Amino acid sequence: MSKCCTLGKNPFIRLRNIKKSFGHVVALDGVDLDVYPGEVTALVGDNGAGKSTLIKIISGVLYPDEGEISLNGKTYRHLTPPVAIELGISTVYQDLALVDCRDVASNIFLGREPLKARFFVDKKRMNRESEELLRKLKVSIPSVTTPVEFLSGGQRQGIAVARSINQQGKMIIFDEPTAAMGVGESARVLKLIRSLGDEGFAVLIISHNLHHVFSISDRICVLRNGRLVKDFRTENTNPDQVVGFITGSNQRTEEFRKGSTKA
Amino acid sequence: MQKYVQTDLTKIKLLTSHIFPQLLLILVMLIMVILLSVTSPFFLTWDNLRNIFDHSSLYIILALGMTFVISSGGIDLSVGAVAALSGVCMAAAMQGGLEAGLSILGGLIVGGLMGAANGSIISFLKINPFIVTLGVMSLSRGLALIITGGIPIYGFPRDFTWWGNGHIGPFNPPMLLAAFLTVLAAVVLNMSRFGYYTLALGGNEEALRRSGVSIHLYKIIVYILSGVAAALGGLVVTARLNTAEPLAGWMLEMDSIAAVVLGGTSMKGGKGSVAGTVTACLLLGMLRNGLVILSIPSYYQQLVIGIIILAAVIIAEVRSGKNLAFINK
Ligand SMILES: Nc1ncnc2c1ncn2[C@@H]1O[C@H](COP(=O)(O)OP(=O)(O)OP(=O)(O)O)[C@@H](O)[C@H]1O
Ligand SMILES: [Mg+2]
Repeated sequence: MSKCCTLGKNPFIRLRNIKKSFGHVVALDGVDLDVYPGEVTALVGDNGAGKSTLIKIISGVLYPDEGEISLNGKTYRHLTPPVAIELGISTVYQDLALVDCRDVASNIFLGREPLKARFFVDKKRMNRESEELLRKLKVSIPSVTTPVEFLSGGQRQGIAVARSINQQGKMIIFDEPTAAMGVGESARVLKLIRSLGDEGFAVLIISHNLHHVFSISDRICVLRNGRLVKDFRTENTNPDQVVGFITGSNQRTEEFRKGSTKA
Repeated sequence: MQKYVQTDLTKIKLLTSHIFPQLLLILVMLIMVILLSVTSPFFLTWDNLRNIFDHSSLYIILALGMTFVISSGGIDLSVGAVAALSGVCMAAAMQGGLEAGLSILGGLIVGGLMGAANGSIISFLKINPFIVTLGVMSLSRGLALIITGGIPIYGFPRDFTWWGNGHIGPFNPPMLLAAFLTVLAAVVLNMSRFGYYTLALGGNEEALRRSGVSIHLYKIIVYILSGVAAALGGLVVTARLNTAEPLAGWMLEMDSIAAVVLGGTSMKGGKGSVAGTVTACLLLGMLRNGLVILSIPSYYQQLVIGIIILAAVIIAEVRSGKNLAFINK
């Protein structure tokens, strides 16, 4: 069904007919989405379109009411956070999901602390590897032993990114990774996300900034009112057209076109 | 330029939020030692200091468990009652002919089970720990009364009473147990993965869950620890008095919580200090001892201790409020 031509590769993850409601609010209403390795897929849509809900379902934080998730040749009704991480899905959440009172290294290694003598957390190794990772990502912080509550929005974002990369997944999801960042910091994070795509990761990014989206994505998927209304290759579209689908002003023409091809 | 300013600020914030409460506590303790030793020549004698350690050991044992619970963002109001229930179970087992060692083990298991009940209900059913542990408190007290028929059980073998008033060099078993558990708790909370997860639970449970960690498991273990610590407290009380009282450990939960908060562990969770807890227990022990030495009537002792705890909590709250305002700017 996917209208999009992709390079003949198998998708890393395949979502089919995903539905999710919160009480009366229908957040997702039958979404199909494939995310391919080596590609940066951008998910765009207005506030409340269901973007965060969709990525929470992919990362196992929320369970869909209906639908299927296939990856690695298996089909799941839903994932859980440990299963998703095990399958190689790491996520940088919109709310960052950092433990404010713990230090930088503890946050980067949260859930995968290295041990020595099978009991003691290897703090030295955590500090060293965190420093390395942050240097590679060009995130500057006072020290890896600083509690993250004392850091700026951009620094915190950098730490959340570092943690997801440290989980060594095959797919990395970013929910508005540049929302809290200044111009310089955003440019660095965007470059980093693009390079993850080039290195072969399946990258899924949510952003409201179409300029950012066009500068790094291979594909743009538009969500509106819980439906995936359009799936573009970035080189075949332009911001005006994407805005049209986000706001729904293109809906008529699209329906008209569909009708005419069927006939 | 700006970066350096920020680094300095960060250091200052760190210092004030982490080290200041500890220093304050030690300072207060020093002032008390000086005042009390000036007013009473008896205060600084070995016998009296030993007395203080001895009395504080029970509080330390329970407060260590409570440090884990509060660090994880919870609370355990059942510890006093669980201590009594465990003591009663040990006594009933010995009365029934079981040997001391096995009876103690049984009592500790009962404590652990009550902790597991607390933890499971709190974690799986997502019910407020205040309410759950209040219920388990009442339930434990009730069980202790039912098992004894309301009448204390007394007269235990020497193997058992040794745990209350035996001698190991200049020390006794409760003191050494408290010291051992202190070191163990400090190592586990600060250096083990379980300790990391305890603090992360208190700091941001959802972040820990999304990192793929089973928060149910760790929450339940935290409450089991508290239950076992309470049972060890029950062992000490029962052995010391050579009596299992269904009403033993009355208000012990309040003393434990007070010591933990006084010691700088945050009621919001995420920050826990074993050293602070133990210092606070010793401070409270010293205070009780001092008030006795100065022959201040016991009703006033209760009042003074209440005022000190309130003052400590208010200071801690005002300080953390200040820190928050600082960051929000
Ligand atoms: N936990 C929840 N409980 C109730 N309603 C929710 C919950 N989470 C999301 N919703 C609702 O579901 C819809 C989709 O929300 P979602 O957060 O996925 O949107 P979004 O596309 O990420 O928006 P934004 O761009 O503002 O982040 C919204 O109407 C939102 O109010
Ligand atoms: Mg969102």
